[in-house]
Amino acid sequence: MSFFEGTDFWTLAVIAGLTGITVLTRSFFFFSSEEWALPDWAQRGLQYAPIAAMAAVVLPEVLMQQGQFLQTWMDARWMGAAVGAAVYFWRRDVLLTIVAGMLAYLPLHLLLGW
Amino acid sequence: MFFKAENYRHPAFMEAVRDLAPQAPGVAAWGLMTGVAMVNSGLSVVESIAMTLFVYAGSSQLAALPLIAAGAPAWIILATGFCVNLRFMVFSLHLRQYLMHLPRLERMLHGYLTADLSYVMFTRRFPNPSEAPEDQLTQAASLAGNTLVVWGSWIVASFFGIFLAKAIPTSWGLGFAGTLCLVGILCSLASTRMRIFAAGVAAVTAIAAYHLPLKLNIVIAIGVAVVLSMSLERFQKMRERQTA
Repeated sequence: MSFFEGTDFWTLAVIAGLTGITVLTRSFFFFSSEEWALPDWAQRGLQYAPIAAMAAVVLPEVLMQQGQFLQTWMDARWMGAAVGAAVYFWRRDVLLTIVAGMLAYLPLHLLLGW
Repeated sequence: MFFKAENYRHPAFMEAVRDLAPQAPGVAAWGLMTGVAMVNSGLSVVESIAMTLFVYAGSSQLAALPLIAAGAPAWIILATGFCVNLRFMVFSLHLRQYLMHLPRLERMLHGYLTADLSYVMFTRRFPNPSEAPEDQLTQAASLAGNTLVVWGSWIVASFFGIFLAKAIPTSWGLGFAGTLCLVGILCSLASTRMRIFAAGVAAVTAIAAYHLPLKLNIVIAIGVAVVLSMSLERFQKMRERQTA
């Protein structure tokens, strides 16, 4: 396959546009140099944004299948995640969480097809 | 950002690199699968490389792929990317006080490089922004080291995915390692009752609102969790004052 095979201008333009979207959203509140500070209550509220973001991304991924809440307990994803979480609270190590979760997930997923 | 000497010579830089190293395999597995997904959706190698290097936002990349393949109008693809990325605007609001002392271009570069994992790990390490110049330098250096690990492992793994796309079937489910990485981070943040409450609210909202288009469930879940946690905090304070 040649390096440029199938490359078209329209797709590259869309990629440029998406790059602009990343810049715009990630540095949205950095653009203005004006001095203003968030009120204290809002600042405190934002302390909850990181854990809320993680939970909102992770839990649907683990507890849902094809847009529906799990209909069966025989699902490798929530089991892998549960094993990972248990290992995290035991050893407090994210790398071990990943390894243990994958060790639980892969056999269930590849051998049993869960 | 990580190519600035005052950042990479600072001890906080290497400390952040060591802190983030255990997360790198999760990021890499995710980047690998995203690389595979890009090529399998029909993007050319050049297009996949350009997307990896410039867009640098896994969820918006994955959301755009089927739309590009279907030849959807460009504005729909960009609007989708924008909605999928809305949570980053919340992150930038939070990070504002940490970075406003820097020149505009520099803080925008920091912002551009700060993906979900970097934001979460950085705010966990530094719960409060500082006003003292030396602490501000420490925080900027730490963010630089942090984003270097996430950016580097994502980019390298994506390249592997792009070039090995035919050899790595997505059915193996290696991308689940990325989810597990986030599971570990989520557990590490669950240190107070209020935070566990916030996580519960966000999870229920994100699942209940799952059918909203454009992954809007994520940003709505963050909003609902922040507002409810804040209200509960205030309510508890009021009650304490009344009983005191």
